[in-house]
Amino acid sequence: MSQPATQHNKDDVMASPKPSKWQGFLDSDIVHSWKQQPVVIMATLMTLLMFMGALFAPWIAPQNPFDPGQLELIDAFTPPLTTSDFTGNFYLLGSDSQGRDVFSAILYGSRISLLVGFAAVFFALALGTALGLVAGFRGGWRDAIIMRIADVQLTFPSILLALLIFGVIRGFMPGSMHAEVAIIVLIIAIGLSDWVQYARAVRGATMVEKSKEYVQAARVIGLPDIKILFQHILPNVMRPVLVIGTIGLALAIIAEATLSFLGVGMPATQPSLGTLIRVGQDYMFSGEWWILFFPGVALLILALSVNLLGDWLRDVLNPKLR
Amino acid sequence: MSLTQNSAERPDTASQREDTTAVLSVRNLRVEFPNRHGTLVALDDISFDIAPGEILGVVGESGAGKSMTGNAVIQLLEPPGHIAAGEVRLSGERIDNLSEEDFVPLRGRRIGMIFQDPLTSLNPLFSIGDQLVETIRAHLPLNEKKARAKALDLLREVGIPAPETRLDSYPHQFSGGMRQRVVIALALAAEPELIIADEPTTALDVSVQAQILALLKKVCAERGAAVMLVTHDMGVIAETANRVAVMYAGRLIEIGPVDDVIQRPQHPYTEGLMASIPGLGARRERLYQIEGAMPRLAAIPSGCAFNPRCPHAADRCRQERPSLLATSQGQAACWLHDPVNPVARRPLQETSS
Amino acid sequence: MTQSQAPLPHSSDDILLAVDDLARHFDVSRPWLNRLIERADRQTLKAVDGVSFSIRRGETLALVGESGCGKSTVARLIVGLYGLTRGQITFDGQDISQLAGKSGKQVAAIRQRFQMIFQDPFASLNPLWRVNTIIGEPLRLFRPQMSSADRHRRVGELLEQVGMSAADGYRYPHEFSGGQRQRISIARALANEPEFMVCDEPTSALDVSVQAQILNLMKDLQQEYGLTYLFISHDMAVVKHMADRIAVMYLGRIAEIAPADQLFSQPRHPYSRMLLDAVPSLDGSGKQRSMIEGEVPNPVHPPSGCAFHPRCPHAFERCQREIPGLIASTGGTQVACHAVEEGRL
Repeated sequence: MSQPATQHNKDDVMASPKPSKWQGFLDSDIVHSWKQQPVVIMATLMTLLMFMGALFAPWIAPQNPFDPGQLELIDAFTPPLTTSDFTGNFYLLGSDSQGRDVFSAILYGSRISLLVGFAAVFFALALGTALGLVAGFRGGWRDAIIMRIADVQLTFPSILLALLIFGVIRGFMPGSMHAEVAIIVLIIAIGLSDWVQYARAVRGATMVEKSKEYVQAARVIGLPDIKILFQHILPNVMRPVLVIGTIGLALAIIAEATLSFLGVGMPATQPSLGTLIRVGQDYMFSGEWWILFFPGVALLILALSVNLLGDWLRDVLNPKLR
Repeated sequence: MSLTQNSAERPDTASQREDTTAVLSVRNLRVEFPNRHGTLVALDDISFDIAPGEILGVVGESGAGKSMTGNAVIQLLEPPGHIAAGEVRLSGERIDNLSEEDFVPLRGRRIGMIFQDPLTSLNPLFSIGDQLVETIRAHLPLNEKKARAKALDLLREVGIPAPETRLDSYPHQFSGGMRQRVVIALALAAEPELIIADEPTTALDVSVQAQILALLKKVCAERGAAVMLVTHDMGVIAETANRVAVMYAGRLIEIGPVDDVIQRPQHPYTEGLMASIPGLGARRERLYQIEGAMPRLAAIPSGCAFNPRCPHAADRCRQERPSLLATSQGQAACWLHDPVNPVARRPLQETSS
Repeated sequence: MTQSQAPLPHSSDDILLAVDDLARHFDVSRPWLNRLIERADRQTLKAVDGVSFSIRRGETLALVGESGCGKSTVARLIVGLYGLTRGQITFDGQDISQLAGKSGKQVAAIRQRFQMIFQDPFASLNPLWRVNTIIGEPLRLFRPQMSSADRHRRVGELLEQVGMSAADGYRYPHEFSGGQRQRISIARALANEPEFMVCDEPTSALDVSVQAQILNLMKDLQQEYGLTYLFISHDMAVVKHMADRIAVMYLGRIAEIAPADQLFSQPRHPYSRMLLDAVPSLDGSGKQRSMIEGEVPNPVHPPSGCAFHPRCPHAFERCQREIPGLIASTGGTQVACHAVEEGRL
């Protein structure tokens, strides 16, 4: 360093020490912020717990609540933490009117809730991102049409819209198929009612990125639009979308629960958390509180944890707050 | 009107006054940003005074800490930044240790502020007149009618044509230059002792820049307000300021009367900076270039912060940090000016390749 | 480098780029529904309206002017980022007026011969790409047959050429300072050995000491590769340092084109004079800048006739009525001013 700094010296000054990728990740602001917030750590743990429970339900659950053959009708209304006098089965969270183990039902039910939630968010995200990209990148009449549809859709509560879409799709199908395709119909209904926020976010971000000079630089060399969209713009607009997606997951889970609670979602033979709550509410005042209570708590924990995680992600990834 | 003459005097007289008469007096100011990797020293040992009616230009490149100096004075440092040492006095009264609550009345009332983007200083939802009247009444005991009359006077003073008709206009109805005039009017509304202008003309075109600077100079001279003019533009400093303080890597490295610093810079950094500015004079094939870049706050070299880029750097410069040393006209933080044992100056090459 | 006695434009045979009557109007109307309700008319912004000039091979032509004068629009029209409303652009004898909107192989042959450097070093590099990928992008597009090892080597060379090290290629843009990013931008522009570079305020976002580094680098590269520059800036001093010829623009039109020395020693157009007078002096003479009255008017509603007449001390009745054309004056200068034409100035 005795010589006046040359270009390379300058680079040395600029260079931060280069740790490995994993160390870099552990040292990143995101991890640091995570470690500092007990609430977020709790939310992460609870989310992981619920995910694991749902994923490994067949290995954890004492019975398969979807299999009528495994249900012991004689054990109906067993209270929580009780071993049945008749069959000797232990019911951690009690059993319902069919003798279905509530704990198993929650594990399997959150499986369906999460599946519907993820699929609906993915569907909404893909649709919204695609439409938002087109609207933001091409502008003009495409933009006008897409965004006016979005505006109109926003004037309806999304749960109402999901109900409507659900009803319309079911109306076109023979009654015998209803139970089998219920889950797909649910996903489409929730997804269709929820794409607008992704489209809006992507459109805004696309218009910002489109005018940035790195996109113009790609245009100057004549990179085709489709490549500009997928190589440059899409990766740069995904960050806000994924954050909305995380929060959207909680909302989709609640939407699914709402629909199932209203009786238009999952049938009682394949209960999701919402269905369990609907079924359970019949027994709320007759003393069998656990049939409603535990699925309700499970839904609360799941939705709350995912939502907290989403909020935290949004804050930590928001460049304006850093 | 004696203040007008005051500002026209040689600025040296102003700078050599007693501290107590200085409008703004900053002593050994140190600002730190603690983070989880350690503590960044954003400003280190900054001292200067501004006399009434004087315009002190604070100049430096991005990251030198010039804006932060202004923000530290008005306690608008972004957390976790805070003043770690030193003191700031406004007309002799210490203000760096005031709580936010006690500081709020100072902003606008005793310290006027002008920022780069006039749009951010003006509320788009209120008319210019309303904003002026509100500011005036917040700080001065005037009724609505008198405040409005004063607002009109202010707009006239800052050169808004037909101010009666513009009083009810909204910020977006003004052009950039006119908006900045309104911001100056707002800053002057409560007749502050000190005005901090942070890049007031950077967002404006050259032709408008000249108008705004002339205005700033005129109104401050008339009112005897001290001005701290923060800018990256030496041209702005050259025609507006009385004295100039040059900053580098969070430190004050040279301070002195503006013509002297510009004509005969004493610190090698200032010297290089001046030589690297293309001028309208004779055309040079190459500009002088200072190699490298300003260090990041996390990696400020030991000794003199400029030593890795300095053509005269000696061992001493790498070990010992120079404080501001007296030069022929001002002060420079450089061992070249050590009265006892100055570091030898090496000849500067005109161009480097 | 500087021609003191420049030949008249169009008379030289080695013209690389010529633009003729270039115009670009933008529709800045409110949306259709608003227009209907507010009974507002369509509004057109004539960002560029009838600009003609030519650039010789190896020369630097600068466009200067205040914000809103259309200089950046001219740059974007030439590289085909915008389509033309009117006029013609000829690059090395080839009509490239229809370049905008064409991409890929059809126009690769022409597009690889020019490049653009942008103003904002923080927005001109894709933040998610490594520097290697960024600089290699033009190579991947124009030389698909190049092996990735060769491309890699070339990118390393380019980085060294702009004063960085090949190892910097593995880093991401956010790890670099503004000046270094601008060097990366230049490396990317150089990747495919273009002949012509459009530089849109390449140093106005940089600090002066870094500006000096970048301007020196650009001059070195010009000498080494015989590059031709269209250099856009609002800074008269920078323009003086870089340009061989200068075109002063005001509200979408050229007020004056002159060889650099000529413009600075003898500005003809009243606007050129004002611009020069407005440059703050660093010579310590304490001279006050002469004041220009007023500001650039809203380009959506430009003044009639010569757009400068409301601010011009020499304006008279004809200036409000008639738009002045560019008229050849002495020493290779062209001026669009009635007062100059009539010999009053």
